[in-house]
Amino acid sequence: MTTTLDLATLFRRMTGDEKHEWAAASTLDILWVLYDRVLNISPDTVDHPDRDRFLLSKGHGPMAFYAVLAAKGFLDPAVLDGWTTFDSPLGQHPDRVLVPGAEIGSGSLGHGLGLGVGTALGLRAQNRTAPRVFVLVGDGELDEGSNHEAIALAGRLDVANLTAIAVDNGSASHGWPGGIARRFAVEGWHATTVDGRDHDALYTALTARHDGPNAVVATIREA
Amino acid sequence: MRETFVDTVTTALDHDPRIAVVTADISRDAFTPARARHPHRVLNVGIREQAMVGVAGGLALTGLRPVVHSYTPFLVERPFEQIKLDLGHQDVGAVLVSIGASYDDPVWGRTHQAPGDVALLDTLPGWTVHVPGHPEEVAALLPGALAGEGRVYLRLSTRQNATAHPATGRFTLVREGSRGTVVAVGPTLDNVLAATEGQDVTVLYASTIRPFDHRGLRAAGHTDVVLVEPYLAGTSAHEVAIAFDDVAHRLRAIGVRRDREVRAYGTAEDHDVVHGLDVPGIARTVREFLR
Repeated sequence: MTTTLDLATLFRRMTGDEKHEWAAASTLDILWVLYDRVLNISPDTVDHPDRDRFLLSKGHGPMAFYAVLAAKGFLDPAVLDGWTTFDSPLGQHPDRVLVPGAEIGSGSLGHGLGLGVGTALGLRAQNRTAPRVFVLVGDGELDEGSNHEAIALAGRLDVANLTAIAVDNGSASHGWPGGIARRFAVEGWHATTVDGRDHDALYTALTARHDGPNAVVATIREA
Repeated sequence: MRETFVDTVTTALDHDPRIAVVTADISRDAFTPARARHPHRVLNVGIREQAMVGVAGGLALTGLRPVVHSYTPFLVERPFEQIKLDLGHQDVGAVLVSIGASYDDPVWGRTHQAPGDVALLDTLPGWTVHVPGHPEEVAALLPGALAGEGRVYLRLSTRQNATAHPATGRFTLVREGSRGTVVAVGPTLDNVLAATEGQDVTVLYASTIRPFDHRGLRAAGHTDVVLVEPYLAGTSAHEVAIAFDDVAHRLRAIGVRRDREVRAYGTAEDHDVVHGLDVPGIARTVREFLR
């Protein structure tokens, strides 16, 4: 059983012995809870049409994502050592064509939620009721207007097989007065705000029953 | 052409479970009967063009074949990064279908004109570009696009030629002459034929401009070429250069001018005159260039 200690080892194969980066990875706990406890996906089912989908929209700083994929067997841990070199499948932004287990290529902000709404609608159109679609965005990323097209659309089309996870580490230049959750709630999403380091709280929010689309705002506040 | 497009896609929705339609209010009502039969595969996203293309990318990721449709600037220019990333970079396909062309309705002004659409798509790898000149060519080109998996752009217009030509993907020899070759793309053909009446030139017709038929141009037997395109002038100039990359050649390109924004309304025919795409304009260019 992989522990977060093993994850730290995998993480440092990319970043070197830089403790600060490891601690600062805002997405690490969320990714771990998703891949360890929530997502119905494994290296053997990466192409199965009924797999759950995880779309990393916030593609910047993907070390935690790669570490979790390696810990769960999607990636050979050895490829972590050469990351961002010319022949490596692993770049500073993930490319779905190159990274086993990556559902989308991302990097430019504000693309994952639209793709996620489309993925969820595509599954619905094919009567695939089992798979769920999870999209991870950042609070700074939410500045991009494309997110708000997707948030409104998912609410209006009642895309119930979609969960957006908004990592709020206070990085949006102009902030989100009143909180991020209300941006989703006003469009008809089920929205909860949890501690982004609390695994049980994340699990409960990510698996909560919801009629419409679900938003989980994961707050990260470093000391 | 739009009616043929809607009819063809509506029929395809009934027979091919992969087909899905995504609109952003433009032509929403034209797909109402199809939406009634296939509510989960005929999606209107409201006036949200970034979501329109993003949703199409997501649909394609699940194995569907999205048909994305809007007015030219709102299909190609406004969500261009979504076209680049949500389709191309994700390595998925779609069929983009525009109406309005470069200036089908000049009364709407510059905001509703997109003569740069084909040039923009030319900055991305792997796009097939169809520029039909007749509704029957739409009917011939669209089923193949729907059945395929690649990225296809179908550029519809309210302007059309009197007769259709076979849509083979290759250039069609319409007229043979000895002084040079005139390539007419899509709805420009009738003006080209009228303009070159009595001039001793070869006329080729293209309803598919990407991939470019280098061999067909070469086979016409002339290295003096006039290119007549209904979008930005010279959009295919680099393709002509590829066709003749080992021989000296001459090229004159006619199309929507790049040097100024035409701040005028009126009719499409009025704008043809400004761009030299009218019959006298094309005749003058061909006469001067292919002496």
